[in-house]
Amino acid sequence: MIEGILIGLNTALSLKNILMVMIGCFAGTIIGMLPGLGPMTAIALMIPITYGFEPSTGLILMAGVYYGAVFGGSTSSILINAPGVPGTVATSFDGYPMAQQGKAGKALAIAAYSSFAGGTIAAIFLLFAAPSLSKVSLAFRSPDYFGLMILGLTAVSAFSAKGHFLKAMMMVVLGLMLASVGQDTLSDIPRFVFNNMNLADGISFVLVVMATFAMSEALTIIFKGSDPTQAAKQISLSKLGSIKLDKDETKKMVTTIPRSSIIGFIIGVLPGAGSTIASFLAYGMERNFVKDDEKQKFGKGSVNGLSAPETANNAACSGSFVPLLTLGIPGSGTTAVMLGALLGFGIQPGPRLYQTNPEIFWSVIMSMYIGMVILLILNLPLIPYIARILAVPRAFLIPLILFFSVTGIYLMSFNNFDIYLMIGIAVFSTILRLYEFPMPPLILAFVLGGLMEENLRRSLLISDGSWSFLWDRPLTLCIMISITLIVGWQIYKSFFQKN
Amino acid sequence: MQISPVKIISLLFFIFSGLYLYYAHQIRVFSFDENAPFNAKTFPIYLGYAGLFFSGLYIVLPEKKPSNVDLSILDYKKTITLVILMIVYGITILKAGYFLSTSLFLVLSYITLGEKRWFWVFTLSFPFVAFFMFLLHGLLDIYLRDPFLKYLGIIG
Repeated sequence: MIEGILIGLNTALSLKNILMVMIGCFAGTIIGMLPGLGPMTAIALMIPITYGFEPSTGLILMAGVYYGAVFGGSTSSILINAPGVPGTVATSFDGYPMAQQGKAGKALAIAAYSSFAGGTIAAIFLLFAAPSLSKVSLAFRSPDYFGLMILGLTAVSAFSAKGHFLKAMMMVVLGLMLASVGQDTLSDIPRFVFNNMNLADGISFVLVVMATFAMSEALTIIFKGSDPTQAAKQISLSKLGSIKLDKDETKKMVTTIPRSSIIGFIIGVLPGAGSTIASFLAYGMERNFVKDDEKQKFGKGSVNGLSAPETANNAACSGSFVPLLTLGIPGSGTTAVMLGALLGFGIQPGPRLYQTNPEIFWSVIMSMYIGMVILLILNLPLIPYIARILAVPRAFLIPLILFFSVTGIYLMSFNNFDIYLMIGIAVFSTILRLYEFPMPPLILAFVLGGLMEENLRRSLLISDGSWSFLWDRPLTLCIMISITLIVGWQIYKSFFQKN
Repeated sequence: MQISPVKIISLLFFIFSGLYLYYAHQIRVFSFDENAPFNAKTFPIYLGYAGLFFSGLYIVLPEKKPSNVDLSILDYKKTITLVILMIVYGITILKAGYFLSTSLFLVLSYITLGEKRWFWVFTLSFPFVAFFMFLLHGLLDIYLRDPFLKYLGIIG
């Protein structure tokens, strides 16, 4: 493992890669700050650029964007009470009241230190958990993988789209349907191509991500007539206050960070749970742990109340990389985008990545940590200025997002059919978003579609067409029981349970 | 009686899944693969059934929390104009070239969204696109076909 860490450090600490992490963190922070534009959009906008780089450099850039966007989301939660991503909603509970009390600088500092500490502890967990799980997952067979993929999809649908399980499952099916367009990987038989040669190679992953996130988010903002930059215009540099913490505040954080890191990491590893659940759980848990007088401060600017969700949020981000790197199965929408990018580089994550591409495996882990250090050193002092950049009017912001989306896809194919297809998917996504159809399950399904079909093919061929492979092995049986319970419970909860 | 828009979307998805299933059955597989446990149409057929199942379930079951959207507050004019501008951008990008079509797309989009500061409208279009093209050409070595700039003799 020491050798691996050194390989990772060697790759991640090259001048070019450090520069990429810095650019990624900076760009991610700006995009992540905008309400509605989360890490998935930030990473999606970066994918076309990364294809010109080596895989490790591209991934390092995306890891920087990811952490930057998460940090940016916290910043908008604290400053303008508009969480950029659901994972930072809990941050606004105590961060925004602190900002209103004239302690915005302090709140940003608490968020930054907590994120850093949570990320650091989780990175250490990841360092040990990922290689161990890689070895265990070598024992997994095709039926187990097939089951795990269905489990990931149902879990993401259940947890990421609260109260909208069936809508999320429809999005899963739609994502899988979109993934089935193009030539069959084994027989090369065209499917759903309708004699259109542009569809022969299937629909590009970048196209779907750009359309369903960057472009449709931009269109949704215009459609709803909202202005995400309006609140940022109110920010005054002089009102942010000091970023220095006193002894008492530091002491409170020291007790909160370890327990929130553990809960955040564990929740992050679970498929579908992600940073939103982690931050809410950590917030609730912290409220139970603190003394009664501190409990009264929750919701009114408590240091513990701000530190706990921020720590858990970042720890969950690191945790979500465990299933991606070790099983090749993303547990969240954001890691699904990362998986799509990895596949675009010709890298198949999974148990063998640890052995076949150790430099990628370790450099991603190392660059995450470097990204967090850079966020702390660069972004914290720069936050007031970055926040001012956010006051860019909507009239400029939206066309620029649309321009980057169209350019991104044009640079990949030099084909205007892809542009029309992207616009079509974006328009449909905008309508679906309006009625609360969640997009992350669609992306996750689109990315996993090919792998799912491959594992189902192997499983059915081994069992000679019998579906008994679903219960022959105890592991597969356990996975299938979990899926049945999740689906049954969610359907019951969505339609029959009162309140 | 008011029908929920989500139920209508689910119904459309149900019809779409039915069509998908029909086309999945039409996929031509090799004759030796016809009776194999798995062929090119197996997975799409299951997907078609899954689509029918989940959308059918949504149509049939009662809605606990219907999504209410006030359609009167939506900005149709600006959204549709932007979509049309993007389509025109897609049509012209190959014929007129990247520079001209992108710059015009940006100018018209800014104006559509109500921007009236002409200095910024200009700066964030023509010079911005020129700089972006320089980055792509000069630094990342990505070739962009541009008949307009070629006609002007700016690029080869």
